[in-house]
Amino acid sequence: MKEQLSKIKSEALAAFGQVSTPAALDELRVKYLGKKGELTAVLKQMGRLSPEERPAMGQLANDVRAALEESIERAAQKLAAAALEARLKAEALDVTIPGKAPKQGHRHPMYIALDEIKDIFVGMGFTVLDGPEIELASYNFDKLNAEEGHPSRDWSDTFYFDRDSRVMLRSQTSPMQVRAMETMPLPIRIIAPGRVYRKDEVDATHSPMFHQVEGMVIDKNVTMADLKGTLNLLAEELFGKGTVTRFRPHHFPFTEPSCEMDVQCHKCGGAGCPTCKGEGWIELLGAGMIHPSVLRMSGIDPEQWSGWAFGMGLERTAMRRFKIADLRLIFENDVRFLEQF
Amino acid sequence: MNLSRKWLNEFVEITAGDKEFAEAMTLSGSKVELTRSLGAEISNVVVGRIEKMERHPDSDHMWVCRVDVGKGEPVQIVTGAWNIHEGDLVPAALHKSTLPGGKKIERGKLRGVLSDGMLCSLSELGLDTRDFPYGVITAAALLNDYKPIDPDKPSIPADIRPGDKIYGPVVAAEVLECMPLGDGSYHTCMMVKDATVCPDIRCDNVHVGDMVAYNEKTDSICTLADLRAEQREFPHCIPDGIFVLREDCKPGDDIRAVTGQDDRVVEFEITPNRPDCLSVIGLAREAAATFDKPCRFHQPEVKGGGDGVLTELLDVETPDPELCPRYTARMVRSVKIGPSPKWMRERLRAMGVRPINNIVDITNYVMLEYGQPMHAFDYRYVKGGKIVVRRAAEGEELTTLDGNVRRLNSGMLVIADDTRAVGLAGIMGGLNSEIAADTADVVFESANFDGTTIRRTALALGMRTEASAKFEKGLDILNTLPAVNRACELVEQLGAGEVLDGVIDILNYVPQPTVLKVEPEKINALLGTEVSENVMYTILQKLGFTTTKERGTIQVPSWRGDVKEMADLAEEVARFYGYNNIPTTLMRGQTTLGGYSPEQKLEQKLGAVCRACGYDEIITYSFISPAWYDKIGWPKDHPGRESFRILNPLGEDTSIMRTTALPSMLDILARNFNNRNKDVRLYELGRVYAPGGADGLADERQVLTLGAYGEGFDFYDLKGAVEAVLRDIRAEEVRFEGPDGVHLPCAAYHPGRTASVWAGPVCIGVLGQIHPAAAKNFGVDGELYCAELSFDALFQVRGADPEYVPLPRFPSVTRDIAVVCAEAVTVGELERAIRSGAKGLLKEVSLFDIYRGKGIEEGKKSVAFNLVLRADGRSLTSEEADADVKSILETLESQLGAVLR
Repeated sequence: MKEQLSKIKSEALAAFGQVSTPAALDELRVKYLGKKGELTAVLKQMGRLSPEERPAMGQLANDVRAALEESIERAAQKLAAAALEARLKAEALDVTIPGKAPKQGHRHPMYIALDEIKDIFVGMGFTVLDGPEIELASYNFDKLNAEEGHPSRDWSDTFYFDRDSRVMLRSQTSPMQVRAMETMPLPIRIIAPGRVYRKDEVDATHSPMFHQVEGMVIDKNVTMADLKGTLNLLAEELFGKGTVTRFRPHHFPFTEPSCEMDVQCHKCGGAGCPTCKGEGWIELLGAGMIHPSVLRMSGIDPEQWSGWAFGMGLERTAMRRFKIADLRLIFENDVRFLEQF
Repeated sequence: MNLSRKWLNEFVEITAGDKEFAEAMTLSGSKVELTRSLGAEISNVVVGRIEKMERHPDSDHMWVCRVDVGKGEPVQIVTGAWNIHEGDLVPAALHKSTLPGGKKIERGKLRGVLSDGMLCSLSELGLDTRDFPYGVITAAALLNDYKPIDPDKPSIPADIRPGDKIYGPVVAAEVLECMPLGDGSYHTCMMVKDATVCPDIRCDNVHVGDMVAYNEKTDSICTLADLRAEQREFPHCIPDGIFVLREDCKPGDDIRAVTGQDDRVVEFEITPNRPDCLSVIGLAREAAATFDKPCRFHQPEVKGGGDGVLTELLDVETPDPELCPRYTARMVRSVKIGPSPKWMRERLRAMGVRPINNIVDITNYVMLEYGQPMHAFDYRYVKGGKIVVRRAAEGEELTTLDGNVRRLNSGMLVIADDTRAVGLAGIMGGLNSEIAADTADVVFESANFDGTTIRRTALALGMRTEASAKFEKGLDILNTLPAVNRACELVEQLGAGEVLDGVIDILNYVPQPTVLKVEPEKINALLGTEVSENVMYTILQKLGFTTTKERGTIQVPSWRGDVKEMADLAEEVARFYGYNNIPTTLMRGQTTLGGYSPEQKLEQKLGAVCRACGYDEIITYSFISPAWYDKIGWPKDHPGRESFRILNPLGEDTSIMRTTALPSMLDILARNFNNRNKDVRLYELGRVYAPGGADGLADERQVLTLGAYGEGFDFYDLKGAVEAVLRDIRAEEVRFEGPDGVHLPCAAYHPGRTASVWAGPVCIGVLGQIHPAAAKNFGVDGELYCAELSFDALFQVRGADPEYVPLPRFPSVTRDIAVVCAEAVTVGELERAIRSGAKGLLKEVSLFDIYRGKGIEEGKKSVAFNLVLRADGRSLTSEEADADVKSILETLESQLGAVLR
């Protein structure tokens, strides 16, 4: 019996060691350990042994069973590992095949530029205002010091809805200055982005409809130095730290002193190149200290309060930001254009 | 405004280079757009003297010239021009020279003969005969150049001999001698048969040996016109050739200095508040202040003494004094019309003004120098010796100098004589009083007109002139007298006539000088600077402001009508203190809480969800064509057709303010479709403009418009996006209603594939497939899908912030049911029946299949749903779930006749 057991053990261990499939392993398990298996058959003969022999033989039989079970377990693990390895190998992919793109929508490039500007000013405590595009000439012109006779009021420049030139498409976002002054408590810090309209034929740099952002601050002791500081900050946020700016005298009816702000050409660093038309500078916006008579017309005492305002064209800013060569692309909305941003 | 640097230097010595000048002027407020050098393209072109001319051995019309160019050996230049003679001074473009238009000249051979350069015509130097009137070339008909049109029937025999008759008094003559006299005429000797004749001629192409047609009666030689010949009969006798110089110059001189092309011209952008800078003197003042240099202005001095008494010859009336605040005039007699001198023509040309004749040139010169428009009338056409500055009669006609007949109205101001208008005040003179070659007496007008009247008139007549552009900005009323005196001074200087003593000067408005308080602390407070009072006064005085007796005040110069209060003085100080020297400070004062409004936050949210659904943002024009309402199938009486109409649109296509954004979207979809872009999904959050707002303005509202097309894109793709939008804003009780058969939500949509969108009682908008007819109207032969959602409605139905709901603690039971029902029964109805039949355990219903065909009766469909049932406080038993399902099935059957399959 002892020989039988050791024979079974050696045979079985050898067989387990060579098994190559889980099914074959299972077959061997049944063959040796199953109800009708070889080890079971040997154990069934235990009854024939003398009580003295039984414990030792029983112990031996149990050892053999444990050894077989452990060996089966090992073989099974080995097989599983091999199977996993084979599967992983089989599942290998060509990772250079393009991914499945989820359909993603795109923000219009002009509004990307606008969002940046809005965030900069909101961070500085400004409120964003909306206002009418179909506007009273009194807001667009009179209350901004552009009296009757100002050339921009001509029908060749501005779109009108009535013969009396009373109702018009706003030609600038500046009427929002007046609307803010008339309705908001002081101090005021606002920006007002939106559509504006001028009678320009469509070409690579003109459109009868375009966008501006207006900005205005009214407070006590506001100075032109503050205007410069804030607009320099805007330029740095838009074009990067260390952006060089300059301020030039200019004229707007509703600011005094008035200025235009240029940023140094990023392409040539001020030496002059085709991008800046040889000037070394690119005009960014118009600004100035709010004209005292504009303040007075809106019921604000210029002896007590002062303020500054600016207005900038959005299309040109977006075009510069994304190097868009032709303004018409902005309003053509071809997806091959839109999906670049 | 153009400025000649040479002219500027007459008043203030500025040595700065182009770049430095442009930058400094720009930073002090006179923006320089461009600086050009007049003769920039000309190089290595010098004055040459023709020493010797010989006919080209291999050409019947070319000459080989030996030209002294002022250095060492003369050069040899071959030319095809016949208007030069030995001794002439001419422009010679040497080997390796350049000319306007990028032309390069190099040594070469012409028909085998070496040419070391080129002799130049006026046009080759970028000039014309208006710049150099003496450069006009007159060509004689040279019989040796004659080419008969029909070789068999020549009008002039090839073997014609001197003395042979051509016609009438015209005979052939051979030139024996031809000598230029230096004034454009030539002394000649010619052989006519046996005799010689010696006429002085003005034809420039005659040389010894030529055969010409001589008119014995007039003692002159014939041009092509005299012979009534065609140009092709005398191919080389053309009124074009080398520019023969009559200037004070010598061989070797740079041609640019000789022709005045060595000047640099600066183009300024002058802002409308500074009409005083539309003049050389005005810019000189700015330049002097910018570079801190003294100005040298000069007081015109008129000798006068002309024959006659001004007040007896001329009477001026201004019946509309408010339109003509000042009228100043002087008179010149015994005028000799002719070209103005070279220095004047050069300056005019540099400033972009065409020289015409001495009198007209003087008026233009003074306008450029003083910024005061001037006009010159021919006195003989001023009937009754009377000038009346009056409103035009309604319908009065005047032919202006440009030859156009203008119909006037009473809003326009004319200069008239006793009987008729002779000029359009401040804009353009009349043809009927134009200065002509035989003008003898001239009236110079230097007036001040009401800017608005001039501007309106110029605009109404579509004739904005340099004069009107100046007047409309409002000119210095004190400038008329110096300007007219300057004109008269120039007349005397040029010897162009005799100026009468005295001036007619009607002053209808006496200007009071503006005196302002100088408040340094307020100026510094506005600028954020610490500029001293002294520096402020220095700056202002440099600009022509003058101190007054009262301390702390300053008088504004008459030409600075734009300076009215402290802020204006602050700008003057800032300009010359330097905008870029003002410090930069960050905002101070009370802090404000910035941020976005709830509406703006919703705008951002809507855009984000649209993009997450794969839709690209577009921006379209707010104005559309009224025809677009037809294109989307709106009936003629559709209330939405009531739109704001632009009275002066760019065109019909952009003439009305849209009340719907749908056609704009369709236009962009169609453009993408036609560009063969596949799978397009777009959105726009844009305004529409309905009449009926406050103050007669529009009711401007925003609409979220979606638009899409593409392979396999269908109604449910679009609906899914709309549902995503509504889910994102947490709208509740969302439902979609198909057309009820009577009313369509919108005629633009496919009647069977459109729905209105609701959240509870609020209608949010409409969605669906665009009606094929509408799509076709936009040029698309395919399925387009659009949705229009009202921003205000979306804002109204947006849900509150989410509140956490505990996750279910007990398992749910799921059941699939499939019911067969009539085709007409909608999925929505089935869903509603399922919900109403459930007894409180149903948590979710979802459609998973619709089946028609085998096994299902014709006209019916099988619809399958997945049901999820769950109780909140316990595990459901199978029996409880079955009871609910049974109730659901009973309801389906009783309400809709839908039976379990």
